[in-house]
Amino acid sequence: MSNVVIKLENVSKQYRLGTVGTGTLSHDLNRFLAKVRGKEDPTMKVGVSNRLDTVDGRYVWALKDVNLEICDGEVLGIVGKNGAGKSTLLKLMSRVTSPSSGEIKIKGRIASLLEVGTGFHPELTGKENIYLNGAILGMTKKEISSKFDEIVDFSGIKKYVDTPVKRYSSGMYVRLAFAVAAHLEPEILIVDEVLAVGDAEFQKKAIGKMQSVSRSGRTVLFVSHNLTAVEQLCTKGVLMQNGMLKMEGKVHDITSAYKQMSVDENELRRSGTRVMEFLDYTMADMNGKKTDEVFLGDNFLVSANFKAVERMDYCDMTLDIRNDSNEFVGHITNTDDRFEIREIARGDTRGISVMVKNICFSPGTYYISLWLGNSYGTFDYIENCIRFTIKQGDTFIHRPVPFDKRAKTVLQSSWSFK
Amino acid sequence: MNTTNPEVQSHILPKEWTMILRPKRSLLDVNLHELWQYRDLIMLFVKRDFVSKFKQTILGPLWFIIQPLLTTIMFTIIFGNIAGISTDGIPKMLFYMSGIVGWTYFSTCLNDTSQTFIKNASIFGKVYFPRLALPISVVISNLVSFAIQFIFLCCFLAYFMVKGSDVSPNILVLWIPYLVLLMAGLGLGFGIIISSLTTKYRDLTHLVTFGVTLWMYATPIIYPLSQIPEKYQFLVLANPMTPVTETFRTALLGVGTINYLHLLYSTGFTIVMLAIGIVIFNKVEKTFMDTV
Repeated sequence: MSNVVIKLENVSKQYRLGTVGTGTLSHDLNRFLAKVRGKEDPTMKVGVSNRLDTVDGRYVWALKDVNLEICDGEVLGIVGKNGAGKSTLLKLMSRVTSPSSGEIKIKGRIASLLEVGTGFHPELTGKENIYLNGAILGMTKKEISSKFDEIVDFSGIKKYVDTPVKRYSSGMYVRLAFAVAAHLEPEILIVDEVLAVGDAEFQKKAIGKMQSVSRSGRTVLFVSHNLTAVEQLCTKGVLMQNGMLKMEGKVHDITSAYKQMSVDENELRRSGTRVMEFLDYTMADMNGKKTDEVFLGDNFLVSANFKAVERMDYCDMTLDIRNDSNEFVGHITNTDDRFEIREIARGDTRGISVMVKNICFSPGTYYISLWLGNSYGTFDYIENCIRFTIKQGDTFIHRPVPFDKRAKTVLQSSWSFK
Repeated sequence: MNTTNPEVQSHILPKEWTMILRPKRSLLDVNLHELWQYRDLIMLFVKRDFVSKFKQTILGPLWFIIQPLLTTIMFTIIFGNIAGISTDGIPKMLFYMSGIVGWTYFSTCLNDTSQTFIKNASIFGKVYFPRLALPISVVISNLVSFAIQFIFLCCFLAYFMVKGSDVSPNILVLWIPYLVLLMAGLGLGFGIIISSLTTKYRDLTHLVTFGVTLWMYATPIIYPLSQIPEKYQFLVLANPMTPVTETFRTALLGVGTINYLHLLYSTGFTIVMLAIGIVIFNKVEKTFMDTV
């Protein structure tokens, strides 16, 4: 039986649109007068629109009926698109603002890191800022003193602790700020995107520090768009969409659902004259079963049906394969196999099946774009319409450790003593 | 509970919920205990204010003395010599300065705390700590500058006494700490009420600086209370700062009277303002991030 440390019960947060922050008394008077005379509010923003549910157009639910239980020692990753309510959720839990309805129950001390270096004063020295920032984050002076050396070591700015932070480079500034935050010892730590700053080495250090925090049994809540970091760090995940919890579960399920969601929601980019066009397309394994996962070295089938709007003498079809960094890694076309697509009558539909053999890209996520056209131009081009994952397995290569993802291609090899 | 990892037990979790966040909190639910836990933060804010104020200035804390000195000289010339307002026989410089030092403390407390929410919006939006820590730290850090100015005033006083002026500090100086407390409380009370209202109405920020200056003229700083016609004295006495200023001056200079009833009025006024201030502040601090 796990010990629940944070419990959210029907938590909602409502924001007013447009009417917020009119700022001056005269605006409020204007608004009041307009209301009395039954006219439109003059300070309402024009054309305010939001994807979220609006209540009579003026209010928006940034969070709606969120129920969530977080257990002791869990590292929870919160993912979702911009505006899904992730940051609002963290703000509520870190008490920056309060919910419109519902209750949040918390057990233990909570520290939030919604930004690095909150409250740093440029005129103060590094040392003074360590104390100030530590106290803002909830540490007592005694606690900070006992960790002072550790903090300075971690930040690597020992030489400059007595220099005002305004003379620091931005990197030093961030390192110092993170060092303070990293040495907080609350039962619950809330972290929002702070890893987006700093160089790669520092990010690695930061993730390492957070892992060790979670290993010591503390609860960590982590929001990031960096899915790799989320997968590395978290055990459990939550997917948010439009202010609601869409899914809750193991972190890998959540990140893949999120990736899938981005593919589904991104309107497919499609171009071409459409004198011929694709009707549908699928990816399947060699038994014809629909799949989006293959192992290294496997063969798989990509099938597409297309229709000729006009009569066509000949055309070509190609498959472009891109990795998740959008690098163009593979290209396949019908002429590779001396296959010809000819003489298609007007209104005719054809189905084509392409077998891709011995796939050997580095394990990861890939996208296939389909192209149909000939030397006169593009008829139909659908970008990144098929998403699939390559898994390492043990059939193509036998190495016991994960393949180094920096390498793009996996080559088979035979070894012997001479 | 995960028992496979021995480290998990390294920290002990409380059995009960330590905190329940609800949309509405009762008006009187002011968590002073929590404020006490953050006392280190308050002191660090004080230090920050003090250090940052005089970094990269040549004269440093000397500015604390220059300000009241120049104001005193100006007042002496304009109100003492040109306008010829009576000072009840007290040396003019001493009369004005004793008024200015106290008033400066009160007015800076009010002005600075009235900006609490607007000036610190960026911190408040990112991290939680009891918001009252900031205005309180402002009041304390102003106390440092008040202390310096007060010592300066005492030196001034000693100089005049040596010169043989008819001024005599008396046993009433024991009231001074209490007077300072009243000024701090009054400044804080007004300041946090205004800062709570400025989250919505920025107009008030303009009103404050202007209003405080006007308020000074309604307080016996540049004139003694005795110069006000009996008929209108109640108007000046309605000002809670009047008894404070008068007592302050009487204690240091030995001229004037102390009226305990008036002082009681100021005390009551301060307590009420402070209570109202804390309640409003407490209400606003929870949601001001959504409106500021």
